[in-house]
Amino acid sequence: MSHDPQPVPPKAPGHPLGAASARREGRAKVTGAARYAAEHAPPHRVHAWPVPATVARGRITAVDTADALALPGVHAVLTHENAPRLEQAEDPAVAVLQGPAVPHRGWYVALAVADSLETARAAAEAVRVTYDAEEYDVTLTADHPDRYLPKEVNGGHPGTRERGDFDAAYAGALVTVDATYTLTALHNHPMEPHASTAWWDGGHLTVHDSSQGSTKARDDLAALFGRDRRDVTVVAEHIGGGFGSKGTLRPQAVLAAMAAQVTGRPVTLALPRREMPAVVGHRAPTLQRVRLGAGADGVLTALAHEVVTHTSTVKEFVEQAAVPARVMYTSPHSRTVHRVVALDVPSPSWMRAPGEAPGMYALESAMDELAVLLDLDPVELRLRNEPATEPDSGRPFSSRGLARALREGADRFGWRPRDPRPGVRREGDLLLGTGVAAATYPVLIFPSSAEAFAAPDGGFRIRINATDLGTGARTVLGQIAAEVLGAPEERVRVEIGRSDLPDAFLAGGSSGTGSWGWAVHKACSALKAELSRRQEPLPQEGVTVSADTREEIAAGTPYARHAFGAHFAEVQVDTVTGEIRVRRMLGMFAAGRILNPRTARSQFIGGMTMGIGMALTEHSTMDPVVGGFAERDLASYHLPVCADVHTIEAHWLDEDDPHLNPMGSKGIGEIGIVGAAAAVGNAVHHALGVRLRTLPLTPDAVLPHLP
Amino acid sequence: MESTAPPPDAAGPPPGATRSTVTLHVNGVPHRLTLDHRTTALDALRNHLGLTGTKKGCDHGQCGACTVLVDGRRANSCLLLAVTLDGSALTTVEGLADAEGLHPLQTAFVERDAFQCGYCTPGQLCSAAGVLQEAADGHPCHVTPDTAQPGAPVELTAEEIRERMSGNLCRCGAYPRIVEAIGDATAHPAAPPVPHAVHGLGAVSVHERREAAS
Amino acid sequence: MKPFAYLRPATVEEAVRARATHPGSAFLGGGTNLVDLMKLGVSGPELLIDVGRLPLDRIEELPDGGLRIGATVRNSDLAAAPAVRERYPVLSQALLAGASGQLRNAATTGGNLLQRTRCLYFQDVSVPCNKRRPGSGCPAVEGVHRDLAVLGHSAHCVATQPSDMAVALAALDAAVEVTGPDGDRTVPVTAFHRLPGEHPERDTVLEPGELITAVRLPPPRPLAHGHYRKARDRASYAFALVSVAALLEVRDGVVHHAALAYGGLAPRPWRAAAAEEALRGAPATADAFGRAADAELSAARPLRDNGFKVELARRLTVSVLARLAARHR
Repeated sequence: MSHDPQPVPPKAPGHPLGAASARREGRAKVTGAARYAAEHAPPHRVHAWPVPATVARGRITAVDTADALALPGVHAVLTHENAPRLEQAEDPAVAVLQGPAVPHRGWYVALAVADSLETARAAAEAVRVTYDAEEYDVTLTADHPDRYLPKEVNGGHPGTRERGDFDAAYAGALVTVDATYTLTALHNHPMEPHASTAWWDGGHLTVHDSSQGSTKARDDLAALFGRDRRDVTVVAEHIGGGFGSKGTLRPQAVLAAMAAQVTGRPVTLALPRREMPAVVGHRAPTLQRVRLGAGADGVLTALAHEVVTHTSTVKEFVEQAAVPARVMYTSPHSRTVHRVVALDVPSPSWMRAPGEAPGMYALESAMDELAVLLDLDPVELRLRNEPATEPDSGRPFSSRGLARALREGADRFGWRPRDPRPGVRREGDLLLGTGVAAATYPVLIFPSSAEAFAAPDGGFRIRINATDLGTGARTVLGQIAAEVLGAPEERVRVEIGRSDLPDAFLAGGSSGTGSWGWAVHKACSALKAELSRRQEPLPQEGVTVSADTREEIAAGTPYARHAFGAHFAEVQVDTVTGEIRVRRMLGMFAAGRILNPRTARSQFIGGMTMGIGMALTEHSTMDPVVGGFAERDLASYHLPVCADVHTIEAHWLDEDDPHLNPMGSKGIGEIGIVGAAAAVGNAVHHALGVRLRTLPLTPDAVLPHLP
Repeated sequence: MESTAPPPDAAGPPPGATRSTVTLHVNGVPHRLTLDHRTTALDALRNHLGLTGTKKGCDHGQCGACTVLVDGRRANSCLLLAVTLDGSALTTVEGLADAEGLHPLQTAFVERDAFQCGYCTPGQLCSAAGVLQEAADGHPCHVTPDTAQPGAPVELTAEEIRERMSGNLCRCGAYPRIVEAIGDATAHPAAPPVPHAVHGLGAVSVHERREAAS
Repeated sequence: MKPFAYLRPATVEEAVRARATHPGSAFLGGGTNLVDLMKLGVSGPELLIDVGRLPLDRIEELPDGGLRIGATVRNSDLAAAPAVRERYPVLSQALLAGASGQLRNAATTGGNLLQRTRCLYFQDVSVPCNKRRPGSGCPAVEGVHRDLAVLGHSAHCVATQPSDMAVALAALDAAVEVTGPDGDRTVPVTAFHRLPGEHPERDTVLEPGELITAVRLPPPRPLAHGHYRKARDRASYAFALVSVAALLEVRDGVVHHAALAYGGLAPRPWRAAAAEEALRGAPATADAFGRAADAELSAARPLRDNGFKVELARRLTVSVLARLAARHR
C-alpha cells in the first residue's frame, strides 16, 4: 500500500521560515502531557454542571433548588435569583443568570456546583425550573414577514451593495442563471468541549479557558465582573479546536468565574456536548438566491447574490454570505443583499470562514450552472471572469492567484480531458463525476504586540499572547523569530497562550500568523538591531525589546488583499442507495508565502475535510415542534469520519506579495473550506446529471434523482 | 471475554452501597480507589488519578476521544463504569511510551503531523494500538473482503485503516495523515504489542460439543 | 444520574434472583447503551446487576449444526469467530456494519438486542415521549423524524430499532434464550421486539426480571448465500437509514429459499414475510425481486420526511438479491 502520496518536504537547512518544522508541542500532545482547560486541578477544585432551559421562549417563574442543595457534596446552585450581578455585557449571549427571560431552548438557567462531577450532574438534574412558556418562532423562511435589511453584516461589511443597474443588465443578458441554494445550520463541534477552570485569589481572577483569544477573554471578563484588567488572567495554553466557536467569550468562562466567586473554590466547568449547539454559536442557515447574467462568451454582465438568514433575539449576527460576490468576478452590474430575521433560536456566530463558506457554495454552484448552460469548461468560465480590480471597491489586488491556481490545480488533478456530459461515467453501480470551484478569503491583520528577549547564553525568547488552536502558531512564530534573529529554531523559546503576555489579537479570521508574526518580526528585528549595536557582552539579565504593530496596521493599505484557491473533486454516487463519497480532492491555493508547509498542509486539508462534511454529512434541524436544534450529539450530527475522507491533496503556488506583512503571508486557516462544498456539489451534478441545491447531499436528497 | 480477570470480589460492596473500592491496573501500576458507582473509567482516570491524557469529547461513546485499552482491547472509557473494571488492566496514552521512548505510533503521528489541536490524538493513538492488535489477531472489519481467511492476520491497507479508525472523530481533519501514520507504524518492527496488556484478543473459543460427545 | 448500588453476581441464578428481589434494578452488559441512557436521565436504576462477567461468553456448536452464542460474547468476537464468518457471514457483516471498533469490543450479544431507539425525542428527557413517559405524547410524528419508522409504528410511537445485528438474526431465524423467575424459555428473534401499539414503553417481550442467556442459530442452509447491506449518512459509524439482511438459495434460475429482513424501517428488525412469499418459486430476476420488495413495502406508511426509506429499501432489496443470485450462476 502507499501511505505516502504527499511526503512531508525535508527541512530546508538554514532558513527556518518556510521549513517544514514539526510542531513544538507535538510530543506533549502525543504523550497526553498537554493540558487543556478542564485538566487543571488546583487544590480543592470543585465541579460545575449547567441547567439548560427546556422551553423555546418564556420566563422563569420559579426555581426550586432544595432537592439539589440537599444532595451531599453540593456547594451551591446558582440561578438568576442569587448569581453575582454582572456589569453590562458587550455580548448579551454571555449575560447568564442575570434575569428570568429565556430567549431560546438551551439557554442556561442555573448552575450546580459540587465536590464531584457525578454529584454536580445529579444536582443539576434535581433543579426544578418552572416557566411561563411563550409563543415562539424558530422557522426561517425566505419571505418571513419580520425579515429586515441589516446595516452591517459580520465583519463590518455593509449589508447591501448595488453597483450599476443589475435589473436592466440581467434583463438584457443573453444567458441567465437564477438559482436558490439552501444551507442548514451547521455546528463547529470542536473535539474539546468548551471548558473553564476558574479561581479567585484575593481579588484576582484566573481562568484556564478553551479560548481562541485570551487577551479579549480577559478584557471581557474584567468588564463583566467590574475589575481592572490587571486583576484578571486568562490562560489558553492548549485548545482542542474552536473553528470560531471559541473566538468570543462563552458562558462556561463566566459561569465558572461566578461559581468560583460564590463557593470560594476553584471550579471546573466543561460543557456537556449536547448543550453546545445552543450556547457556543452555529453557522446560521442561509437561503441564497444567485442570479447571473452573461454574454455568449460567458463574461458576466450582471450578478446578484441575495441572502436570507436568521439571528437570535439576543443579538444580531448576520452571516455575510453575499460578501464574496463583491470580490470574485467581473460584474459591472451587481447587487449583493443580506436580509435577516430575529427568531427564538440560539445566537449564531463564527464558524470557519463565516460568509465565505456558505456564500461561495452558492456562487460557485451558480457559476457551474452557467458553465453547463454555455457548454463551457467551468475552469475556462472562471478564467474569463477574472476582474482587473476588486469589483466592488475598484481597488487593485495586492496579488490575485486565482487564475494560476485554477490552471495549475487542473493540471495536477488531471482535470482534462473532461467529457462535460453529465451522468455518463459508470463503474458498476456507481456514477462518477468531477467538479471544480474557486475559493477566496480576505487577508485580515490586527494590531498585536510582542516582546523579544536575548539571554547572555545566546538563547532567545519571544513572548506574545498568541493562541495555538492546533494551527501550529507556536511553531511558526518560533520560525519567524529564528529567521529574523538568524538563530536556530531550537534556540528560540516561544511563550504564548496567557493574557499576562503582551496583548495580541485572537486566533480568528485567519489573521493569526499575519498579525502575531508581524509583531514578532518587528520585535525581533529591533532586538537584532539592538544586539548589533552592542560591543560588550550582554548583561546578566539579558536584553528585552518590545514592539507593537498599531501604527503599521492603522496606516491601512490601498490594496484589496485576499487569498484565493481552487478545489477539484471527484465523487461517486451509488445508484442503488444515493450514497455519495468523495474519491479524491485536490486544493490549489494562492495564499502568499507558506511559512511552514507541514502545518499549512494540515490546515488546508482540515478545511477541505470540513467542506466534505458541509457537502455530504452535516446538517442541523431547527425543531419546529419543541424549538431548539434537534441534532445535538455526535451520533446524529454527522462530522465526517475517517472512512469518509480518502485522498486529499493540498498544494500551493509560490506567491510573492509585498503588500501584506514582513513575512509575505496570507491566512490559511479558513480558505480550505471555502468552495470545497461547491466543488463536491458540482462533481455530483457531473456524475448524476441533476442539480441538487440543498445541502447536505445525504441519500434521502439524492434518491429521487437516481436513474 | 474477561476470562483472565480475577473472580468477582466475594465480599463486594455492602448491599445498597453506592461506592465501592476497586483496583485498576493503569499503565502497569495498581491503583486502589474508592469510587462512586457513577464514576466512569474516563472520569476515574482524569479526576481521580490525574491522568488527563485521556480526553472527554462527548461522554456518550460517539467520538472516541476517550479510547483506552482495557485488557489490551480498545474501548470508550466514557461508557465503562469504573466499578465494573475491578482488576482490569488499562493502558492510556500516558502508558504507550516506554522507557525506551515513544511508541512507534506516537513517533509516526509527530512525523506525519497527524493531528492539529491534539484533543482527539490520545484516543486516536490508543485506538490505533488496538487496531494493530486486532488486525494481527485476524479480526475483520466492514471492508475486509469476504474471501479473507477467518483467523488469519489482516493486512492493514489504507482502506482497512480508514474503516477501523472511524470510531475516532477528528474535527481538525487530520484523517489522511492519521492513516499514513498508522501505515508507517504497521511497517515498524517494534509496533505492537502494547505494553501492560494482561491478555490479547481472540478469547472466544468455539467448543466442539459434537466432538466431545463422540 | 442518581447514586445506585452495584452487584456483580457470579452465576445466572444469582443474577436473576437479585433482579427479582430489587424492582428498581437493571442488568448491565457492556454498558454501551445503558450507561449512555443513564447519563441522559432516560434510565435511572437503583441497582445495577453486572452480568458482563457471567460465564456466558462462549460460542458453542450445537448437535444440529447450529450455534449457540452466549449472551456476553462481545460483538467484535462474534463477528470474528470463524464459525460465524464461514457459516453465517450475514451476521458477521451486520455486526461489522454497526457502531465502531471500540463499541463492538464492549457491546454484548444480549445487550445489542436490547438497545433502545435513537429517536432524538426519546433521548431528550425535557420533551414528551410515549416510550419514555407513557401518555406524554410523541413530538416525532410532526417533528424531526427522517430517521424513524415507516412500518409497524403507531400513532403513539414512530421509533425504530437501531440494531444491525438483530436484523441479521431475524433473517437467520435465530432464537433468544431467556431465563427468569419463572424458568427458561426461547423466543424467536422475529417475535422478540414488540410493535409499539398503545404501549411503546415496552420494547420487547421480555418479562420483568428475565435475562437473555444466549442466542441460538439454526444450522445454516448449505446452499444459501447471505449478505447484509446498510445505507447510511456517512461511510461508517452511523446508524442505518435502511439495511437489508438477505439469504437466498436459487435452483435452476428459480428462488428455492429466501429470507429477508430490514433494519431502519420499523420498531423491530422487520422480517419481510410478504416479500419472501412472493419470492418463493419466482424467477431469480431483478423484476421479480422488485415485485417482492413491493409486496412487502406496499404496507409502508411513511411520515412527512421519511418516505425515501421505502424507495431505498426497494433498491437495496433488488441489489442485494441480484448480487446473491449472481453467486448461484
